[in-house]
Amino acid sequence: MTDLTKLTLAAARDGLAKKTFTATEITRAHLDAIEAGNAALNAYVLPTPDHALAQAKASDERIAKGTARPLEGLPLGHKDLFATRGIRTTACSRILDGFKPTYESTVGQNLWDAGAVMLGKLNNDEFAMGSSNETSCFGNVVSPWRRTGKDGKPSTDKLVPGGSSGGSSAAVAAGLCLAATATDTGGSIRQPAALTGTVGIKPTYGRCSRWGIVAFASSLDQAGPIAKTVRDAAMMLKVMASHDPKDSTSVNAPVPDYEAALSKGIKGLKVGVPKEYRVDGMSKEAEDLWQTGIAWLKAAGATIHEISLPHTKYALPAYYIVAPAECSSNLARYDGVRYGLRVPGKDVTETYENTRASGFGKEVRRRILIGTYVLSAGYYDAYYLKAQKVRTLIKQDFDNAWRKVDVVLTPTTPNPAFAFGEKSGDPLAMYLEDIFTVTVNMAGLPGISVPAGLSSQGTPLGLQLIGKPFDEETLFRAGQAIEDAAGRFTVADPWWSQTLAATAPSSNSKPKLKGKR
Amino acid sequence: MQVDEATVRRIARLARIKITDAEAKGLEGELSGILDWVKQLDEVDTKAVEPMTRVVPIELKQREDKVTDGEIADQVTANAPVTEDNFFVVPKVVE
Repeated sequence: MTDLTKLTLAAARDGLAKKTFTATEITRAHLDAIEAGNAALNAYVLPTPDHALAQAKASDERIAKGTARPLEGLPLGHKDLFATRGIRTTACSRILDGFKPTYESTVGQNLWDAGAVMLGKLNNDEFAMGSSNETSCFGNVVSPWRRTGKDGKPSTDKLVPGGSSGGSSAAVAAGLCLAATATDTGGSIRQPAALTGTVGIKPTYGRCSRWGIVAFASSLDQAGPIAKTVRDAAMMLKVMASHDPKDSTSVNAPVPDYEAALSKGIKGLKVGVPKEYRVDGMSKEAEDLWQTGIAWLKAAGATIHEISLPHTKYALPAYYIVAPAECSSNLARYDGVRYGLRVPGKDVTETYENTRASGFGKEVRRRILIGTYVLSAGYYDAYYLKAQKVRTLIKQDFDNAWRKVDVVLTPTTPNPAFAFGEKSGDPLAMYLEDIFTVTVNMAGLPGISVPAGLSSQGTPLGLQLIGKPFDEETLFRAGQAIEDAAGRFTVADPWWSQTLAATAPSSNSKPKLKGKR
Repeated sequence: MQVDEATVRRIARLARIKITDAEAKGLEGELSGILDWVKQLDEVDTKAVEPMTRVVPIELKQREDKVTDGEIADQVTANAPVTEDNFFVVPKVVE
């Protein structure tokens, strides 16, 4: 029997339908992989094996009765930003220590209603603020990818899995789940996907309900999947997306069958290449891969057009006004009164101050302070209002581009994965990681990152496709064309797995490991 | 634009985050750096530009004015650090 953790979501669906294996078997295989690998990768902050096996059993009963739903019995990882009923949800912040929601997020409920199995809660940057998964209160997530050293041997430097959805990207890349949920405020789905050789899509703002997702910056936050292939991402988004009366910004538009779009090809598709995305500090490799991507799309029948998005360079500074401003407002709710941590003080104000000083990590505190400053009396017009006006101009750039082209092709990140600590001392260097992705959130557009090649050090690089509002279908079609040309990129050596038995098919005997967290 | 230590303290007070003297010093430089960097937006002429208020042009939804939820005080207070009879308990705020 093949290693069930190596299957794609689509192949696993087919295997379950043909009864090659059961939902319980594939769930157990993933739980074993988590047990063997999570100590090294730290992708899960809370594995939920009993919950997963109960869901898998119910799925097996459904499959036996012939009433399987679209994601029946498929084991997924769930970012800890999504509220899960009765299951600890922390956004990887100490301030939500021990928080057990009494409700389920809409995106999560959609997945469970479609039969999916939850393996556990995945690590992320604290409150989704970060680009390297170095700010989680549960510690860093380590990428399963390693650089190739000058001697041709794998380096043991620990690389970042990207962020904020670093647990999601690492878990998918390492086979600790078939696919995962994620969220994206400035690149938190696409950047980690690019750094780990996985596919990540941030849909149009309003496509997925934000209800029950811990809020960071409400005008930018969107949920989406990280998956092994473009098809898998299409399967996930179809289920995650919905109109939800509980989120006033969720849009009442039909969700197309994204998987059906994959076979349509891209003949005649007009692809825009923005000249402003040739930025200082972009690696030669990212630039070369971009050219390769252009050639692939051309070969698949698309036409290439140079476009101009003149306000691109202002997207990042505008983002770092809008996002902290909205964050300072959203995070005002953590006051030590209604949930999570409380650190007492001599009066109620000091209780707030002590609780928030001790509960929030450094990057979160920094962003709350920036946000408080730009929203404070006398500064609102100079910062927040100005940034929102610049945002209008960024959106207009794209509106103009859509008159000429159907989709825009860019690199996802300017550089391949970096090692821990390489950028964390300098907030501005870290913010530059998101230079190609934030623009998409600022304009509310859908964007997908598809793995496209490896750097000279053997680590993944991704290409990003940006689409018209609610035209995720075109992103999946063009993403499929890139995947067809580039192939898939997987880690050859499962160095993180603490047992050789983990490569064998799972059985009912769970390996018991020393030093398990 | 320079953020001085007094400003850092004022902002921290507004944000209800206690900071130490050492943190206040460090934040002075960090916040100034970030605010200097975002100042490049001043290059953009936005005199005739409306601020973006929504990314997708949809009408704000309305619903019938009726109670659809409630009577779940125990759930609402379930995660609170200190409660009494389904009330949140805070330090005394009035003398």
